[in-house]
Amino acid sequence: MPKKLEKVDVVVVGTGWSGGVVSAELAKAGYKVVALERGEEKSTNDYIGAKDELRYMSRKYIMQDLSIETITSRTSMDETALPVRTQDEMMVGNHLGGSSVHWAGATYRYNPFEFEIRSEIEKRYGKDRIPEGSLLRDWGISYDEFEKYYDRWEKTAGISGEEDPLGAKRSSPYPNPPTVETPNLRLFKEAAKELGYHPFQISSANVTQTYENPDGEVINQCQYCSYCTHYGCDFGAKSDPIVTVIPTAQKTGNFELRTHAYARRVTYDGKKATGVIYVDMITGQEYEQPADVVVLGAFTLANTRLLLMSGIGEPYNPKTKKGVIGRNFTGQFNITFLGARGFFNDKKFNLHMGGGALGATFSDLTGEHIDNSETDFLHGGGVEIRQYGDAPINNNPVPKGTPSWGKEWKEKSLFYANRSLNVWFTPGVLPWWHNYLDLDPTYKDAFGDPLLRVTNKYTDQDRNIAKFGIEKCKEVMEKMGADIIDVDEVPEEFDHVYNGAHYAGGVTMGTDPETSAVNTYLQMWDAENLFVVGASAMPHFGDRHPTATVGALAYRAAEGIEKYLKEGGGLLLKPEK
Amino acid sequence: MTEKNTNQASDMKKKQDAQQEVDGLGRRKFIKNTGLVLGGVIGGSLFGGLITNNLKSEPASTDTNEENDGKDARIFFNRKEDFDVLKAAVERIYPEDDNGPGAIWLGVPYFIDRQLAGEFGQNGKDYMQGPFKDIHNTERYQSRLNRGDMMLEGLRAMNQVSLKKHDKRFHEIEGEQQDEILKAFEEGKEKMRGASSKSFFQLLRQMTIEGAYADPLYGGNRDMMGWKMREFPGPRPAYINDIESEEFVKQDPISLKDYQP
Repeated sequence: MPKKLEKVDVVVVGTGWSGGVVSAELAKAGYKVVALERGEEKSTNDYIGAKDELRYMSRKYIMQDLSIETITSRTSMDETALPVRTQDEMMVGNHLGGSSVHWAGATYRYNPFEFEIRSEIEKRYGKDRIPEGSLLRDWGISYDEFEKYYDRWEKTAGISGEEDPLGAKRSSPYPNPPTVETPNLRLFKEAAKELGYHPFQISSANVTQTYENPDGEVINQCQYCSYCTHYGCDFGAKSDPIVTVIPTAQKTGNFELRTHAYARRVTYDGKKATGVIYVDMITGQEYEQPADVVVLGAFTLANTRLLLMSGIGEPYNPKTKKGVIGRNFTGQFNITFLGARGFFNDKKFNLHMGGGALGATFSDLTGEHIDNSETDFLHGGGVEIRQYGDAPINNNPVPKGTPSWGKEWKEKSLFYANRSLNVWFTPGVLPWWHNYLDLDPTYKDAFGDPLLRVTNKYTDQDRNIAKFGIEKCKEVMEKMGADIIDVDEVPEEFDHVYNGAHYAGGVTMGTDPETSAVNTYLQMWDAENLFVVGASAMPHFGDRHPTATVGALAYRAAEGIEKYLKEGGGLLLKPEK
Repeated sequence: MTEKNTNQASDMKKKQDAQQEVDGLGRRKFIKNTGLVLGGVIGGSLFGGLITNNLKSEPASTDTNEENDGKDARIFFNRKEDFDVLKAAVERIYPEDDNGPGAIWLGVPYFIDRQLAGEFGQNGKDYMQGPFKDIHNTERYQSRLNRGDMMLEGLRAMNQVSLKKHDKRFHEIEGEQQDEILKAFEEGKEKMRGASSKSFFQLLRQMTIEGAYADPLYGGNRDMMGWKMREFPGPRPAYINDIESEEFVKQDPISLKDYQP
C-alpha cells in the first residue's frame, strides 16, 4: 500500500515547460504546489564545463533511462510491436526541466492556419480535399485567441528574434534582438531572396543579451559555444525551465519539488482525479499524493500512458474509431527534416561554432501560405538552415557514392568537415486513424506495468510532401552555389527511431468529447480537476517546431486551473457538439 | 626525433610559413608534395610536429616519442587475439593516411576496450527485457546480447571467416582481404550468433569514429590528433567574437581537462 500524504492544492507531474509553467503560475497565485520529477535535481551548476560530445550527444546522458521504461513500436495493427531498446533509437529528456533542457531553442509560433486547419482546408480547397482516413480537425481555439499565451511565454523565455515577414499579427515584438547572421546563413538568405522567398533569422531561446524576464529571472547572453542541442547550457544562456519557471516557483515558498519521484498512476473516483501515486526511486517507497487539482505535465508519451494505466478517459480503438486516449498521434520522424546537402570545394565555414537555434528560414511554403489546389499533398512546411556548431563524432557528411568507412571515407569526411551545408524541410504532419498509442500486451517496464505501444505508418501524403520539400531545398542549395548537391531519399516506411523528441497527440484538445480528451484549457472532459498539458494536446503536428506552442499551451492551462480553483469547480468550457 | 625527421619537419615549417593561407585539401596536397612517406612506423614526433606546426598550433609536444606507440592495458578484452582482430579492423575503418594517424595510433582500440567495460558496453540504460524477436531481420537493435558480447561475437566471427577463407587469422591477412570481410559483415552477408552481422559492423564503425573524435580523456583521440586533422578546436567557451568572420578561423584545440573548472 502506498503511504498517503497530506493533501495539497495542486500536484504536477513533470517539470519541463509544461509542468514548470503551470507550477510557477499557480505557486505565484498562492496555491500549494507539489511537482513530481522522475529524474534528478539539476541546475546550471550541473552543466558547467559539460562540453563533452560523447557523454551528452552520443551517450544521451540527460535522456530517459530506458532500462526503466521505453516504448514499443510497429507500423500497423497486424504487426507485433518491438521495443525501442537503445538510447541510440530513443530520445526523451529526463531530470529537472525535462526535454525543455536539451532542446535546441528554435522557436516558432504556429500559423493561424494550424489552429483551424480543417475549416481552412475546406474553405480554400473544398470539403472533398480532406483525405479519407485522416482525423484532421480544428483545435477549438483560434490564433487570435491564443496569441496572448505565445506572447507571455516568449517574454518568460526571453526569445530573441526578428519578425517573420509573412508572420501572423503579434501583440508585441520579440523581447530580444535576433541571433547573429553568419556567412553561411547569409548565403542561404541571399539564395532564398533570389528565388522570391522571404527569409528571416530563426527566433531563438539562445538569448542574445543578458535579459531579466517578467518574473525577475535572469538569462545570460549566448556565447555561440556550440554545446547546445542535447546539452544543458554551460552558461545559463539557453532559456529553459531551470533558469526560469522552476526558480520562479521556488521563490514563492508555495512550491515543493520532489525529484526521483516516478509517477505511476493517477487515482480516480470515476468523476474526479484524487491524486497521484508515485515511487521514490531512491528509497523504493511508494506514495499517494492527494490534491484538489492534478496536472499531467510530463512528456507527450508519458501523459498518454499515465491516463491509459489509470483508466481515465476512453482509450482509442482504431477498429471502431471510437475513444480518445491515444488518438491523433503524430510526430516528426525519418520522413521529416529531409532536404538537400551541399558540398563546397572552395569555401570553408566556421561550422564548429554555433548555437542550437542559430539559423535562418522562410515561411513562403508553409501551410498558411502555400497553394495546395494543385499539389498531391495537403499542408506545407518551413525551409531551414541551422548552424548548431558541429561536433566531430556526429557530423561526418560525405558526398553520395563515398564508402561509409576506410581510406576514401576518411579523406572526404575530413575535407568536407567544414565545407558542407544542409537545408531541410519541416512539413506539417497530419493525423490518421491508423496512427495511435495504446498499451503493449507483451512488454513491461521495470515495475511490471505495460509499455506504451506506438503504431505509426506513412501515407502518400507524407511521402509526397517530403518529395516536394526536398525539391525546394535542392533549388535553394543550387542557388547557394554548392559544387556537389545530394538530396535525401524519401523513406518508404517509418524506421522506429525516435530521435527528434517531437511527438504529439494522444490526449488532444478540442470542443467535442467524442474526438477530443481535453477542452482548450486542457481540462479533461472526463475528470474536471485533471489537466493534461503538453504536446499531447496537439491534434496534429504543425509545420514548425513545437516548443513555443507547448509553452503557450501551459500558460493557457495555468489560467484555466486558476479559474477552476477560484470558481470552485465545473467544466470551464462546455462541449460544443 | 631522428635527424632525418627533424630536417624534414624544419623544411616543412619553412614551406608552411609561405603557405599560411593554405588549408583543407591544399594542406593535404602540400604534405604529399614534400615526398614524405608516412607509411610504416608512425612516431609521435612526426605527427605531433608536422601536423601541429602546419595548423599553426602549439609546438610539437616533447613528451611524445617513438617509443610511445600508444600501448596501454586492457580491461574488457581478455584474449589478446580478440584485441588483435579489433585493432586490425578499426585501422581499416579509420586508416592512417596523408592527413594523419589512423585508429591504432589514436588509441581507438583502447577507447573501445574501456567503453565496452562500462555502462555503454553493458547496455546499462537500454531496455534489455525479452522476448527477443526478429534479431536477424531488422535494422533495429533487438539482440539479447549487450554491446560487449556483440563485439566479441562479431570479432570472433570475422576471425573464423578469415581462417576459413585464407587459413590465416584476421589480423594476419592483407588489408584488401580484411576489407572484403568487413564489407560482407557491413552488408549483413555473414552469419554470427545472437545478432545480425550488420548491427555488429555498425557498432564497430560507430565506436571507431567515437574513439577517433571523443575527448582524449576517454582514451582515444590521442594528442587531439583526431580533432587537429579536421581543424576542430575542442570545447571552447565562446565563439561570439569569431562567429561572424568571413574567413575560416583556425584555433588550437583544447580538451576538457583544459576547460572544466
